[in-house]
Amino acid sequence: MTDLTQFGVKDIRDGVRDGSFTAREVAESFNAAVADAAALNAFIVTTPHHALAAADKVDAARAASEPLGAMAGVPIGMKDLFATDGVQTTAASHILEGFIPRYESTVSQKLWDAGAGMLGKLNLDQFAMGSSNETSYFGNVASPWRKSGSNQPMSPGGSSGGSSSAVAARIAPAATGTDTGGSIRQPAAFTGICGIKPTYGRCSRWGIVAFASSLDQAGPMARSVEDCAIMLSAMAGFDPKDSTSLQMDVPDWEGALNADLRGKKVGIPREYRMEGTDQAILESWEQGKAWLRDAGAEIVDVSLPHTRYALPAYYIIAPAEASSNLARYDGVRYGLRDLPDGSGLQDMYAATRAAGFGDEVKRRILIGTYVLSAGFYDAYYTQAQKVRALVARDFERAFEQCDVILAPTTPTASFPLGSMNEDPLTMYLNDVFAVPASLAGLPAMSVPATINADGLPLGLQLVGRPFDEQGVLNAGLAIQQRAGFSAKPEKWW
Amino acid sequence: MDDAALERMVPELNGILQWVEQLGEVDVSGIEPMAAVIPNTLRLRDDAVDADPLTGGGRRDDVLANAPAAEHGFFGVPKVIE
Repeated sequence: MTDLTQFGVKDIRDGVRDGSFTAREVAESFNAAVADAAALNAFIVTTPHHALAAADKVDAARAASEPLGAMAGVPIGMKDLFATDGVQTTAASHILEGFIPRYESTVSQKLWDAGAGMLGKLNLDQFAMGSSNETSYFGNVASPWRKSGSNQPMSPGGSSGGSSSAVAARIAPAATGTDTGGSIRQPAAFTGICGIKPTYGRCSRWGIVAFASSLDQAGPMARSVEDCAIMLSAMAGFDPKDSTSLQMDVPDWEGALNADLRGKKVGIPREYRMEGTDQAILESWEQGKAWLRDAGAEIVDVSLPHTRYALPAYYIIAPAEASSNLARYDGVRYGLRDLPDGSGLQDMYAATRAAGFGDEVKRRILIGTYVLSAGFYDAYYTQAQKVRALVARDFERAFEQCDVILAPTTPTASFPLGSMNEDPLTMYLNDVFAVPASLAGLPAMSVPATINADGLPLGLQLVGRPFDEQGVLNAGLAIQQRAGFSAKPEKWW
Repeated sequence: MDDAALERMVPELNGILQWVEQLGEVDVSGIEPMAAVIPNTLRLRDDAVDADPLTGGGRRDDVLANAPAAEHGFFGVPKVIE
């Protein structure tokens, strides 16, 4: 029989619809692949029963000739940042270990309503803070990719590293991710898959463990542009429970996919030529221009003058919001409580938070609290918000001259686990190309371009105008068709 | 945090703060601080009781289900009166 785990979202949906295989067969294949891949540590908990129950519902609906949803029969991985009813939700933290929500996040509910099932909850950087998946309380996630001729474990990127690892290893056809400052795009680039962060507000944040609320956005991670388009349509949509949710119709992104870019202008931001960027990445960027030109687009030079200030602005705004959001973990209402003998309420707060948060989370809470403190608020936080306005204005002006922007997703390929831990700043710099679009709330996607001399994947990033996910997906499709990226990690797990 | 953790973290925090100092060189005169990226007005919800059952009332057991020390229908905390 065909190995069903080689299929993506579209193939599974179509195959289940036309009866080539059953949803149960698909779920069983992926459940087995997940069980066989413990070495990746991509899942915090697995939920094979959830996947099977969803599949049986789809098979029964098909037998009864009922209409099937957009994700019918597709078992997916759910980043463990989404609250799932009756299934532990930890944000990869100790403080939420054992937390079992009594409600379902809007995005996950939409996916189940569309016929998807859940393979399990995917590992991530703790509270989505990290770019390498090394800050999880439940251990590092390993990328399925390794350098040619080496068995050194590599980073799957972060924070959606369980998602990227699982999809690249073909133990899940697709997974949810969340992107605050690159957490969908950077791991997608590191593992040779696609991932799109839609316009801020497209996907409801209700039921997603909050990190930085003005930046957090959910999106799909899958192996093709088509699969991302299908899954994003299932995830997006207005939700009155999220005050920043966009009250807009969800377009049929899959149906409108079109890789013909004649008449389109693709902007190349000159400030993204940064020192410290790998030569192979710069070459793939050149290649990307040629591909889009071949698709009919005109390549134009654009300027985003405040690019170099986006990252430091992000590292004020995101920790500031995080310090406020994470104040809720107090050992009273849910999660861990550490109550030393004879101690009072204040001691309990301190002990609980000291035991429950990892180092990177503590670092960001401390920075965030500091930049919001009365004496420093204007110098840090207000200044960062003004710089954010300038970064957004840069994009607005650039989009007067082009329809979509092409840039690298990351300055380097994946790195070995443990190799970047000396100084948190070097890790932060890996998101230098991803953060500007986050600050501006723009739709942005990473698609695989090629592999480098070490045999590791490299991604290209497309950034679009607000609400123009279609333009991003179309340019992504044009690259996908020309890149013909077919490299797969060799199975070692 | 204990002293050992502080010793490790202080230089890291100083490094981060020094690095973000560079924002001071950006000319922001006349620029309004940006709090919301996508122009969006805040809505008012319907003036109805339990307009959405998921966020409405009457779910005490659900609310308390994950409390480390729920007692008699309340969140239990250490004594706070001196």
